[in-house]
Amino acid sequence: MTDSVAVSGSLRNRLMLTLIGGAAILALLVFFAVRNYAVQLAQEGQDNILAASATSMLDAATFRDGVVELDLPYSAFSMLSTAADDQVFYAIRQDGAFLSGYADLPFSESQMFQTDQVRGSDVRKISVSRTLIGANSRTEIQVVLAQTQDALSETLDRISRNAALLGIGFFALAAALSFWATAATIGQLGNLTTSVTRRGPQDLSPFAKPVPREMAPLVTSLNSLMGRLDQSLSQSEDFIAEAAHRVRTPLATVRSYAEATLQRVDKEENREAMRSMVKAIDESSRAAGQLLDHAMITFRADHLELEDIDFVDLVHDLVQRMTPIAEMKDLTLTLKGDARAPFSGDPVLVQNAVRNLIDNAMKYGPRESSIEIEVTAKDRPQVTVSDQGPGFPTDEIEILTARFQRGANATDTIGSGLGLTIARDVAAAHGGEVVLKNQTGGGACVTLSL
Amino acid sequence: MRYLIALILCCLAQGVWAQDWEDQRLFPGASATTSLRIISSTDTDLFAPLIETFVSGNPDVSIEYFVTGTADIDRRFREIPDAFDIAISSAMDLQLKLTNDGYALALDNVPHPDWAEWRQSLFAFTAEPAAIVINRAAFAGVPIPQSRQELIEALRARPEVFRGRIGTYDVRRSGLGYLFATQDARASETFWRLMEVMGGLDARLYCCSGDMIDDLTLGKIAVAYNVLGSYAEARAESQNVLEIVLPSDFPTTMMRTAFVSKASRQPAAAERFIRYLVSYQSNPADGVRSLPSLQESEAGSKRAAIALEPALMTFLDTLKRNKFLTEWEDALIQD
Repeated sequence: MTDSVAVSGSLRNRLMLTLIGGAAILALLVFFAVRNYAVQLAQEGQDNILAASATSMLDAATFRDGVVELDLPYSAFSMLSTAADDQVFYAIRQDGAFLSGYADLPFSESQMFQTDQVRGSDVRKISVSRTLIGANSRTEIQVVLAQTQDALSETLDRISRNAALLGIGFFALAAALSFWATAATIGQLGNLTTSVTRRGPQDLSPFAKPVPREMAPLVTSLNSLMGRLDQSLSQSEDFIAEAAHRVRTPLATVRSYAEATLQRVDKEENREAMRSMVKAIDESSRAAGQLLDHAMITFRADHLELEDIDFVDLVHDLVQRMTPIAEMKDLTLTLKGDARAPFSGDPVLVQNAVRNLIDNAMKYGPRESSIEIEVTAKDRPQVTVSDQGPGFPTDEIEILTARFQRGANATDTIGSGLGLTIARDVAAAHGGEVVLKNQTGGGACVTLSL
Repeated sequence: MRYLIALILCCLAQGVWAQDWEDQRLFPGASATTSLRIISSTDTDLFAPLIETFVSGNPDVSIEYFVTGTADIDRRFREIPDAFDIAISSAMDLQLKLTNDGYALALDNVPHPDWAEWRQSLFAFTAEPAAIVINRAAFAGVPIPQSRQELIEALRARPEVFRGRIGTYDVRRSGLGYLFATQDARASETFWRLMEVMGGLDARLYCCSGDMIDDLTLGKIAVAYNVLGSYAEARAESQNVLEIVLPSDFPTTMMRTAFVSKASRQPAAAERFIRYLVSYQSNPADGVRSLPSLQESEAGSKRAAIALEPALMTFLDTLKRNKFLTEWEDALIQD
């Protein structure tokens, strides 16, 4: 049963990997999107200021009597002040001829905004021009204005840092969420596994607890599998019960014929054969009886009918009924213990279980010995049956309650190996247990508690 | 004969060299291994205590200190950038333009307020308001003018007293004078009226604050406009004669600035000097300064100094400068 299942990959890992991988990609996308947008905005901001400044310079130009005057406004450069103290370069030209500023700053006809290099520094450059019209001539004033990008790159660094933090935060959150989502999803499978594991050995009823829709097909298949299993099990139980019943009646007939024949046969070797025959018939008959009992118990344990009864009365009744059989084998049954032990259970089952225990004790107890039956009701009702037989083989004490399992020292005694199994199943159906022990003075001691 | 020629040449060179500078002095370090060359517009007397403290704390450095006008500093520096390790000037606009044009070395992590430095290259270390300095004798029994407007009225009231006895910077020659004039002109129209009044009274034009204060102390002139009050205060002998008035209408406060040349051959020692200069001038607590500290301007927010920003370059524009000088000459020189 504990054979390892062939495992290929992990659903949890696959789910986590997919979710976290997705989160990482999204976080990267967020980072680059925010950063690109910020770069664009920051560049636009600088361009706007450069344009405003250059325009104010152009506006200050006047053309009078063929002479250009440009009264540079103080604000033109003032507005270019930045936190990073960016350098400013400019050049004013009239029809291409240099007027003032930095002569090494070329005017660009084609591009208004340019990223360029001036005196070893990266700058953003704007080139604008304006045509001035005088009385009988016209002239073009060109203004080139350039500013380094230290403040811009500081801003970008800051934004990049923030965007990175945003991305990392997003990723961490998404990773935590995917942990949670994975655990919640896999948890449902775990729940199902637990409820399958927790089931009693006989419980083959369908699962009634609601499960997520995706797991419904699995549970439906499981339920139908268990239904079929249950059906085939009960069929085979029925079959066994039927077979045992069919066998027992003819066996009784055969046994009575054999007994009768035994009386009439004189020859010692024939008598011996007949005795063996009777013994074998007894064994078969007993096995058939126990198989029937077991089938009955299996059925009743599934549909337990509880009644309030007194355990002492029940055992007392049983001992009275079994005393004649015991006397035939020269055994004494002694009942002792508490006066009353009320409990709630199925009397038929419990009586059957106790009878099997006493039966066992009578089987293994030597002639002219006594069997002690003690009923107590301390924390829970329990009956202890002790005999003076050989006791249990110590190395097999754990497995003796299994079906058809017999002790190594019981080969010459009639028995099916079902007695202890029946007692155990009854105890389990009532929430109790069967404990096997060997007495210190010799002999077996079986305690059935409910 | 050869010795004679050598001697003559030597003397000649010395003479030429000496004539080139308003002043020059060597501050030798006790165990000097490096030599810093500082070009400055600040009078040696005012700066000497500061350098002496530095040299005594850094005996491995000796300092050669050259004094010249602000415009001259700009010209010399642009000609030979590696001739000097440090440039100190009161003409903020020229200093800023030199920095903007890439002549200054950026120093990392100099502890200095943001408004007092530019590009971590140009460091302001004093705050000095432009003042009206008056010879008390000329105003005996008359209230001393406290603003430009009052000065205009006082000059108009007694033209006979002030004719030829008013002094101000010749802004064509002095970088600091040009800075003060342009900033005044930006602030108020009063400046132009004052210039016209001064022009009408045949104002005398000076290259430097020192000369103006000399003449003022001697009584050659009665009023000097836009002089550095710090220079007047530094003259002990003129304390009783002169009255320093900080115009109450609007202040014009200059910050003296320094930077390390990008072409400096001793950048480490130069940086050490700048750090020392900045921290020395930022802590007025430990003793009297020969130069006003930076903190004094920070405390009195009303006397906000001229901002260190690219806008200072506006009036250095050739077209703008020509226009301004034309207007200035029109107002002041009425021949």
